[in-house]
Amino acid sequence: MNFLVVSPVLLPLVMAACTALLASRAALQRGVGLLGALVLLVCSIALVDQTAQGHTLQVTFGMWAQPYGIGFSIDRLSAIMLLIAALIGLASLIYLMGDITHHFAMQVPLVFGLLAGVGGTFATADIFNLYVWFEVMLISSLGLLGGGAKLFQLEGAFKYMSLNMLATMMLLTAVSLVYGLTGHLSFEGIRAAWPQVQASTATPVLVLLILALLAKSGAFPLFAWLPPSYPTLPTPVLALFAGLLTKAGTYVILRLLGDVFVRALPVWLNDALGWVACLTMVVGVLCAAYHWDMRHILSLHIISQIGYILLAIALGSRQGFAAALFYTVHNILAKANLFLIAGMVARYTGSYDLRRIGGLYAARLSLGVLFGISALALVGIPPFSGFWAKLLVLRAAYAQGQTVWMALALMVSVLTMYSMMKIWMEAFWKAHPQADAGLPLAHVPACQMRPAWIATLLLTVAILAISLYPQALMGFANAAAQTLGLPAGGLPQ
Amino acid sequence: MIWIITAALWFTLFAGVYLLLSRNLLRCLFGLMMMSSAINLLVFASGRVGSALPPVITESARALTAQDANPIPQALVLTAIVIGFALTCFSLMLAMALLRSGSGMNINTMRTSEPEPTDPIKPPFATDASVLPATLHALPHAATDAAQAASATAAPPPPTRSTPES
Repeated sequence: MNFLVVSPVLLPLVMAACTALLASRAALQRGVGLLGALVLLVCSIALVDQTAQGHTLQVTFGMWAQPYGIGFSIDRLSAIMLLIAALIGLASLIYLMGDITHHFAMQVPLVFGLLAGVGGTFATADIFNLYVWFEVMLISSLGLLGGGAKLFQLEGAFKYMSLNMLATMMLLTAVSLVYGLTGHLSFEGIRAAWPQVQASTATPVLVLLILALLAKSGAFPLFAWLPPSYPTLPTPVLALFAGLLTKAGTYVILRLLGDVFVRALPVWLNDALGWVACLTMVVGVLCAAYHWDMRHILSLHIISQIGYILLAIALGSRQGFAAALFYTVHNILAKANLFLIAGMVARYTGSYDLRRIGGLYAARLSLGVLFGISALALVGIPPFSGFWAKLLVLRAAYAQGQTVWMALALMVSVLTMYSMMKIWMEAFWKAHPQADAGLPLAHVPACQMRPAWIATLLLTVAILAISLYPQALMGFANAAAQTLGLPAGGLPQ
Repeated sequence: MIWIITAALWFTLFAGVYLLLSRNLLRCLFGLMMMSSAINLLVFASGRVGSALPPVITESARALTAQDANPIPQALVLTAIVIGFALTCFSLMLAMALLRSGSGMNINTMRTSEPEPTDPIKPPFATDASVLPATLHALPHAATDAAQAASATAAPPPPTRSTPES
């Protein structure tokens, strides 16, 4: 069996076990964890390298023939998502090295459990297996949410758990109905059998499946689990959640709508998804405008950005799928980096709430530069990665003649800029409200902040690489979209 | 047989939804458990109920016959039951931890993670909005230590303290 294909799951699971055994020795545990994350990153780079040459790496467990066995299948789309997941995992673990205030013994093993769930979701080619990986993600994230054991964290975990359990139940219902209708669980078998299913029974099942995944990705009417739970997390874990969990949902929507069910999609489903995406963008960004706590602002921007990805998927063309992939990669990097920087701002100034902080422009200009790069990338100001991502989405929307969606996307960019400017003006330009008493940042030891600086610099370099040389990722995303099981010329409009 | 399963499924599902709509923490969790049991029934029934023959390939045969029961939904439902059991255990532990740390049974009053707004325009401060680094908790002591050290260096050495050299 090819080790590389199973490495996205096997490696994090082994690391979770190893780090759990080292639970009593915190420093060693983090060191081993960091090493594991590095190996995971190397494996995923090798996967990207192999898929970039056009191979689809496949493995079927238990020597069953392909439509019957449970298998992993890694094409370009899976490989690039695995690479980004490994990179965010590494950055988060580096940041955790210095963030000792929120530590509990099982934190690092649970982070690896989460990475195993995410890796399995990206690698699998079996719809029931997909459900299992979503459950692995759910239980690991619940452990990370509840591990702090403070009352507000437990309440956040309860809200997250009840609503996410409903979503996974919907997913399981839809998966078992798909099996009942087609007799297949593997993507390949479903792809071949789905067009033969009667449309009157197929459509409700498909809608249920998409609804479950929309709830998982935090789309408009179904995102109520996200705002109470995410801001209760310590920053490095929050960056990991923000980067990977909701995007695993949108990845699966892209995989199912673009690859598995693409031969028999009702036309109105894409339109409906597009309007859901627009509402998600607008509502998310308006909710964020209300808040003054950096974690709340950025958490609600996750929802808004999910709207852009869903919009690109809803266009239903290869151009749209490529744009969705580019946007996902850019957004994971920018969003995770913003959360890490928000954590550093809070460490230096003493609070996450913009009303209680300030004065960082004078005190830590370099942090302001890092924040500026990520914030401008998120908004989409020209040299940065967000500009290319939004350009691709808008171009794909223009090709389909969806001018209303384009206008809404541009308006939401302006509102995103409002939130980023708010953080910039309050945290960096304004004087600290307790400036007379001296900023708390003088008392943060440099050695505690060094891992945080390394993690944010790592992600900033990745953002700058995409910003200044977008052709590489654009070409990769286009090639990835070409190999999805799409009939030539996009969907019938 | 399929109609009995259908009736059981819908009855359990409705009971679960009814419990889930309650404001009581434990009733909510029981509702989630009942709903997941109902969906387990659906997973089981998705492979069509009919045969009770165990799906075992006999020595002379090479494959299952049409009379054998479908083994795949049984494997699926086992997986789903195990996962559901793990989540049930976790949710009960979470409920215990919530009650121990002072939360009430009423889920409507769980507002510490998103406090009620007090100002008509601006949102309330989050419970943990202010994070002081660990070193800052020792700040008063550190400040007084520094002040003592400064005064010690500035002031002349006290005459009573004699060293061997002097």
